[in-house]
Amino acid sequence: MTQASVLSVRNLSVGLKNRSQDAVLKNISFDLTPGEIYALVGESGSGKSVTSLAMMRLLPDALTVTEGEVLFEGQDLFSATEQQMTAVRGHRIAMIFQDALTSLNPVKKIGTQIEEALKLHTTLDSKARRKHIIGLLQEVGLPEPERRIDWYPHQLSGGQQQRVMIAIALACEPDVLIADEPTTALDVTIQKQVLDLIHSLSRSRQLAVLLITHDMGVVRETAHRVGVMYQGEIIEEESCDRFFHNPQKDYSRRLIASLPDQRHFRDSTPVDALLSVQNLKVHFPQRQGALQRIHNWTKAVDGVSLTLGHGETLALVGESGCGKTTTGRAILNLDQPTSGHITFEGHTLNTLSRSAMHPLRRKIQVIFQDPYSSMNPRMTVLRIIEEGMISLKLGLTPNQREERVIELLQKVQLEPEHRHRYPHEFSGGQRQRIAIARALAVNPQLIICDEPTSALDVSTRAEVLKLLQQLQQELGVSYLFITHDLSIIPQLAHRVAVMKEGKIVELGVTKAVLTQPQHSYTQELLRAVPQLE
Amino acid sequence: MDIFTVKPVILWTDLMLWLLVISITAFLFSLRSNPESRDQWRQVFSSRLGMATFIIILSYITLALIDSLHFRKPLPPAAGQNPETTYYSNKVHSVLDLILGEMGERKERSYSEPFALKSFTKENMTNEQGQTYRDYPDLEHAGSHLENKAEHHRDLLWQSLIGLTKGLLFGVILCALMKGTTRSSSLPWGTAMTTILVICMLLGWLLHVGNLYHILGTDRAGNDTLYDSIKGIRTGVLIGTLATLIMMPIAITLGICAGYFKGWVDDTVQYLYTTLSSIPGILLIAAAILQFQVFIDLNPGFFEVGLEKADARFLGLCFILGITSWAGLCRLLRAETLKISQLPYVQAAHAFGVSHIRVIRQHILPNVMHIILITFVLDFSGLVLAEAVLSYIGVGVDSSMPSWGNMINLARSELSQEPVVWWNLVGAFFFMFTLVLAANLFSDLVNEAFNPKNRQERAQ
Amino acid sequence: MFAYIIRRLLYAIPILVGVNLITFVLFFVVNSPEDVARAHLGEKYVTPQAIENWVHEKGYNHPLMYNADADGLNRITDTIFYQKSLKLFTLDFGQADDGRDIATDVLTRMGPSLALAIPTFVIGIWINICVALIVVMFRATHLDKAAVALFVSLMSISGLFYIIGGQYMVATLWRLVPISGFEPGAMAWKFLILPVVIGVISGIGLGARWYRTLFLETVDQDFVRTARAKGVSELGVLFHHVLPNALLPILTGVVVVIPSLFMGSLLMEAFFGIPGLGSYMLDAIRAQDFAIVRTMVFVGSVLYILGLILTDISYTMADPRVRLN
Repeated sequence: MTQASVLSVRNLSVGLKNRSQDAVLKNISFDLTPGEIYALVGESGSGKSVTSLAMMRLLPDALTVTEGEVLFEGQDLFSATEQQMTAVRGHRIAMIFQDALTSLNPVKKIGTQIEEALKLHTTLDSKARRKHIIGLLQEVGLPEPERRIDWYPHQLSGGQQQRVMIAIALACEPDVLIADEPTTALDVTIQKQVLDLIHSLSRSRQLAVLLITHDMGVVRETAHRVGVMYQGEIIEEESCDRFFHNPQKDYSRRLIASLPDQRHFRDSTPVDALLSVQNLKVHFPQRQGALQRIHNWTKAVDGVSLTLGHGETLALVGESGCGKTTTGRAILNLDQPTSGHITFEGHTLNTLSRSAMHPLRRKIQVIFQDPYSSMNPRMTVLRIIEEGMISLKLGLTPNQREERVIELLQKVQLEPEHRHRYPHEFSGGQRQRIAIARALAVNPQLIICDEPTSALDVSTRAEVLKLLQQLQQELGVSYLFITHDLSIIPQLAHRVAVMKEGKIVELGVTKAVLTQPQHSYTQELLRAVPQLE
Repeated sequence: MDIFTVKPVILWTDLMLWLLVISITAFLFSLRSNPESRDQWRQVFSSRLGMATFIIILSYITLALIDSLHFRKPLPPAAGQNPETTYYSNKVHSVLDLILGEMGERKERSYSEPFALKSFTKENMTNEQGQTYRDYPDLEHAGSHLENKAEHHRDLLWQSLIGLTKGLLFGVILCALMKGTTRSSSLPWGTAMTTILVICMLLGWLLHVGNLYHILGTDRAGNDTLYDSIKGIRTGVLIGTLATLIMMPIAITLGICAGYFKGWVDDTVQYLYTTLSSIPGILLIAAAILQFQVFIDLNPGFFEVGLEKADARFLGLCFILGITSWAGLCRLLRAETLKISQLPYVQAAHAFGVSHIRVIRQHILPNVMHIILITFVLDFSGLVLAEAVLSYIGVGVDSSMPSWGNMINLARSELSQEPVVWWNLVGAFFFMFTLVLAANLFSDLVNEAFNPKNRQERAQ
Repeated sequence: MFAYIIRRLLYAIPILVGVNLITFVLFFVVNSPEDVARAHLGEKYVTPQAIENWVHEKGYNHPLMYNADADGLNRITDTIFYQKSLKLFTLDFGQADDGRDIATDVLTRMGPSLALAIPTFVIGIWINICVALIVVMFRATHLDKAAVALFVSLMSISGLFYIIGGQYMVATLWRLVPISGFEPGAMAWKFLILPVVIGVISGIGLGARWYRTLFLETVDQDFVRTARAKGVSELGVLFHHVLPNALLPILTGVVVVIPSLFMGSLLMEAFFGIPGLGSYMLDAIRAQDFAIVRTMVFVGSVLYILGLILTDISYTMADPRVRLN
């Protein structure tokens, strides 16, 4: 805090264009200083992204700035002409966004996209520009930059795409970098690399960074100062250390408290196996040539073996594309295994016919990740929950079914009246509760939870996880919990299986795996998880 | 005329139009239970444009419906005929003809200008002295109520006032009825009423003055242009709705099955629509219609009156238009079904062991309904326009059937005449343009409200 | 890529066979050749002899699919299906009712059709894109609203009125160009300019409105925001980011019709007396000359399939994400 601020936001308010009384942002003020990372943290809808877009004067058409100023080196950006503004954007203040793939122009080479900024703001000739771009790509850690400069965005991995975004932002050596959820779409190991990169760049280039995120772990690891946003206001601003040790506001305290406890582990006692998977392989054919012959196989799952006991939770952990979801789908008989055995209560599931599988369906149920697409928008909650009871012929009368739906809704802490509403009337967390009720409706013994909490905000996530555990104690149901988020595992799972490239690399009791990881990949994963302490 | 003595004639197209309107109304009512679709309809009708265009389309449909109640009048018993049996006129009338009054029967000898009292072309006439001279003859049916031809303009004004007042009165009654039955106040009822009043006044004027003068003149054969234009409404509305209706079951079944079952079903459906859409549409329509016409001509026994023949051809046209146009909707539905069947809620249904038929009925069909609806309204105007082109080429509706296409076809060389005969084209243009414009504007609004792409934008 | 094209070409065979089957059913099964002859000759002259002559003259005096009276391979080849439908594959189109060779007619008439269709097509697309870009530049203003209203009105007018009205104003009222007709060679422009202008204008409503929608969809995408954050000006955003991406869906709609340009435009050629394939088809339809209609169906299908393949190829070239397989 010794240096003067390079950019300061003063009393920024943003409202809807037609109804200016509904404020989206209320009196936002903060300062950015060179070499410092300022984190703006909050849950979805709190107005973090709107703040960053307003600062760049890039608000969508429906929103408008109603009050306030953004002072950049003493000049108010809101009173600058559009022409002056284009000279600031990308040159003095640069920005990176959450989803790097959609944020890059799909039909232009990455070199061209970086070059565009250079053309606009510098006087370098084309040879110098190319040299500069290669240097930039090297700096952001893209391997083989001389070759990749002529690649298209879709040819790069997610982490590499985000590196290109950072290269674009840094191309003209800006003074301020705004990073809007730069790592949310990335795997945890890549997240670590990108955050480290931003961190080191801010130090080496004396960048003032505005980091927008919902992830407390990210804040703790990278930020110097924190501003907590809630319903369009900054309710607390503090240096990072002090914030985590002594939060002032209730909301901040709740945010921190809802972070999963990673010091205490669930005990595990061996129980009888309910489900056992042996050497499961799911391969998808790749076709090629004039006659569409199969020339290769995508090995989504390549020899997975695991067991799951009665009333036990097994966490299946891995990064995107490792085959964890396909494993779940194969157990549900939604994808046909290429080979291997899935045994559930003595039945080998993958050899059963559609009709023979039917009675077993009620014993294995599923909860999906996206609470917005996991329920038919045209059905009422009642019909959504009772669908399974009807098709699996539980032999209930309509009245009995309705009673059961009411009972289930209460069990997942919703109101009985909610049964007549439609999914879009509920929040993400409430929908996930409905999805749980739907799965429970047929009294399953095993529920496959496919990332059920990763689309939820921190506080909601904690509630849903708590509910799942409560239900397990009450009903003795087993969970196969598929997730990429290691931080929730200690409290949740009895045992953990770590998956990589279609194979399980490590399987064991949670405490053992998380505290004394044996496999190098598990160690790498654990290192990448942002730590609060 | 005694209503019990007429013989009703039920044409296939009459039946289908009535059934269609009834089923669409029922379908729209069934949508009311879902709050989401209720909101979407509210969005359509909360814009003034939506309300106004809807009422214009509705009035067109009403006229088409009234024109779809056909009957034959009994002939007065001829001498020496058994009094027990009545013979019926060969001419088929509709209820609309009754409302239009004498308009359809007031034939002149040839062209006359709008509102004119005299014919457009000179003819040889004989005066009282027996001399032959050339002059513009008086029209038989225009202004025949006038005692003094000099009062022409004043009478026109006066009769217009009477006509407008009649229309206004009728409109006020309609509005009062509407006000009595509706509760919701969030919709722009003011606009609705204004539109209704304007349409009623226009219709009142057309009916009243149209029975005294030829408002839009007469064509070469001396037929009243206004009458032809109004009778063209039924053809336009029918072709816009029936053709889509016929193709829908094919498109929906094949599209959804292809997207849902994939594999060989998908391959077959794709092969079918690629094959059909690779044939130039206009040639397929032409070939089918020509063959159909040969069939009709060779089997005259199937049809009692000439109108039924024309009706059969018309139905054939709707069929073939439907068959040539199902590929578009089928492709859309296939793509959407492919997308939906990957969604978690369909996967969840599979995990519950829900049967395929039930998954399609409960999960797929309701969620592609918006595409079907949007296609229906979007296609409507295109088909109305297509009818004109097809009739011009000679493979449209039967030449005896009143339609805008036939009117344009008859009038196409009139603009190059000296002096110009413009009113036939203007008549067809005005009625067709109003309908198509209203339909286009309305379908834009429906598309905006029901397309999920737009919905997401609004949510942000 | 090569394998892909081969596969598409192979796939074209069953489609063309299907097209042939459909036309075969339409022309010979719905009504037998005798029925057609009866209708053709008219009530007055129908005698069994006249019908037989007509059928013989046209070469329809064979069984439909299978000739039991013939020997060996002739059982298949001495049939209407082989003679009239399968022979199309060898580009043997036969003769029209008036005895002219259809293949020669098609070849000579392609020229005038293309002379009209290509300028209309190219100028039309160019103008539509320009108009749409201008409108998108002023998006969310009253100008945008007015333009959309104008587009919708323009597309609500039947094509017939554009032609009739245009002919009346330009050729009859102002007497600027000849009302119809054609002459090959350098003076053709005199006859072509009016139909081209009318063709372009009648397409603006639909085309510009569609392109506007595509542009607006692209304007809202993330990478456009990135470009703005880079400091690209509004014009630069439109031309360097929105246009190249919106061109992809435009390409699908546009390339597929390019081969079909050979078929010409029915209405335009008929109204302006241009001796192309469009008016050829119209005359055939009006004269009920089924041999010509059958040929044109086949030619049209071939061109359409060609258009589909071209679309895919152009797509791979324009969009780096798409790889054919």
